[in-house]
Amino acid sequence: MADPLLRVDSLVRRYGGITATDNLSMEVIPGELHAIIGPNGAGKTTLISQLTGQVMPNSGTIYFAGRDVTSLPSYTRSRLGLARSFQITSLLKDFSAIDNVALAAQAHDGHSFRFWGNARKERHLRDTARAALERVGLGQRADIVVSQLSHGEQRELELAVALATKPQLLLLDEPMAGLGVTESARMVALLKELRKEVTIVLVEHDMEAVFALADRITVLVYGRVIACDVPDAIRKHEEVKRAYLGEQHAVTRHD
Amino acid sequence: MMPKLNASNAVAALMCAALILLPVYSAATGNIFILTLFTRITIYALAAASLNLIMGYGGMMSFGHAAYLGIGGYAVGILAAEGIGSGFIQWPVALVVSALFALLIGALSLRTRGVYFIMITLAFAQMAYYVASALSRYGGDDGLTVYKRSDFAGLINLSDRNQFYYLCLACLFGGLYLIWRIVNSRFGLVVQGVRSNEQRMQAIGFHANRYRLVCFVIAGTICGLAGALLANNTDFVSPAVMYWTRSGDLMVMVILGGMGSLFGPVVGAIVYLLLEELLSQFTEFSGLILGPVLLLIVLFARGGIMGLLGRMSRG
Repeated sequence: MADPLLRVDSLVRRYGGITATDNLSMEVIPGELHAIIGPNGAGKTTLISQLTGQVMPNSGTIYFAGRDVTSLPSYTRSRLGLARSFQITSLLKDFSAIDNVALAAQAHDGHSFRFWGNARKERHLRDTARAALERVGLGQRADIVVSQLSHGEQRELELAVALATKPQLLLLDEPMAGLGVTESARMVALLKELRKEVTIVLVEHDMEAVFALADRITVLVYGRVIACDVPDAIRKHEEVKRAYLGEQHAVTRHD
Repeated sequence: MMPKLNASNAVAALMCAALILLPVYSAATGNIFILTLFTRITIYALAAASLNLIMGYGGMMSFGHAAYLGIGGYAVGILAAEGIGSGFIQWPVALVVSALFALLIGALSLRTRGVYFIMITLAFAQMAYYVASALSRYGGDDGLTVYKRSDFAGLINLSDRNQFYYLCLACLFGGLYLIWRIVNSRFGLVVQGVRSNEQRMQAIGFHANRYRLVCFVIAGTICGLAGALLANNTDFVSPAVMYWTRSGDLMVMVILGGMGSLFGPVVGAIVYLLLEELLSQFTEFSGLILGPVLLLIVLFARGGIMGLLGRMSRG
């Protein structure tokens, strides 16, 4: 097996009395699409936020591309090639779609202490941005202000922004959240394309999508990994069935 | 890109033309008062424009911006009092000291957000105010008279009313042009992005605070220039110019004219100072009228006067 692109070692994060991440270890292999599932409150978003540096763990280590990134701030991790999309859409609402993406490209194109030239006229930034927008099907919507885009389009834009940073690893936090049936289908088709180019960690509630896309699935319950295997094995896994797939009511607790 | 023809751009163009032609009008009618008044207005417009850079574009609600007016002014005043009359020394010192002060308070206050940022910038400006009041060698509370305006070796005579006015206007236009370039540059987009969504900007790879700090320093430096002009205009500098109400005046000008609009602070400074001047002829309580006007603007015209004009032209 190849060296893991991402390795998490005994990660712990507590919020008061609740342990949102409980001694969690996992690995992501280069090239795979690794899905993380689990009931509400299982600590999926908390985990993603620790991987990208928005939340710092109480203990444990995160290795990315062979490097200990546990204490690095999020902007440094982004520069190393770690990108994320947000579960609750988090864009620059008063900027146009293409500005959002071009800024992501700009962040990875040298420093931005350039005070004079018009950044919107920098050809290569605009081209990169336009390509990323085309990629997610927003080519026609480039000049629309984000707040005027539909929810589905904003989800796609989230993806375009992440892509424009040319990531090695893409962390997607519920990209299908709130999408209609056709929009979801488009997103699944898009992810099927993207997975050929970039390693993806996918947190998702839509089980159909997860089992259609994932190479491996990690199941979280109460911040712990209860299983990590290929989709077919997960489907048959007794503990997973009991904990999550069949009898959700038995484990769902509202924190 | 050619600017579009709409109400707010038309107003900005007319305003610039009127400001350029004002000395002609003043000479033709013999109305010296209006030239004096507008000299003061252009200086405050420059200060307000610099505040707009951090407040309107950067989302940093600094409540201590008048401190730089005082620092720029005291740099000129103190050097003049010590016998250094050359503007080629006074003005660079005014800019550098303002920049250093901005660097210091920016590095400390940018760790905070929201109300705390407002309060900490206010606190630093008040500290500057009390330090100036304690400078007994330089007039203390009573302030410092500048007996001779900055000397530019015959290049320009600051004691000449018209020349000084045009110098102030050139500084205003230069400052606005600089701000316009910055706002549309890579740097400017990052600063505006951080205002819009800081978490997102960090996630795509920007060290947000570094950009905010540099922006804060640029704004402080521009306002220090306004301070140097102001000391020459009044031939006097006192702690009062740094008092928190003066910072409040600058904020009002920006909000009144339109935050995040290039010419907004200029419109705001003109309207605010003209209203203050007109009202003071009728009543001692000009605030009684200015207050409700500001209230109406904030309630019904988000984006200030320029925002209102922009909406009107869009129908």
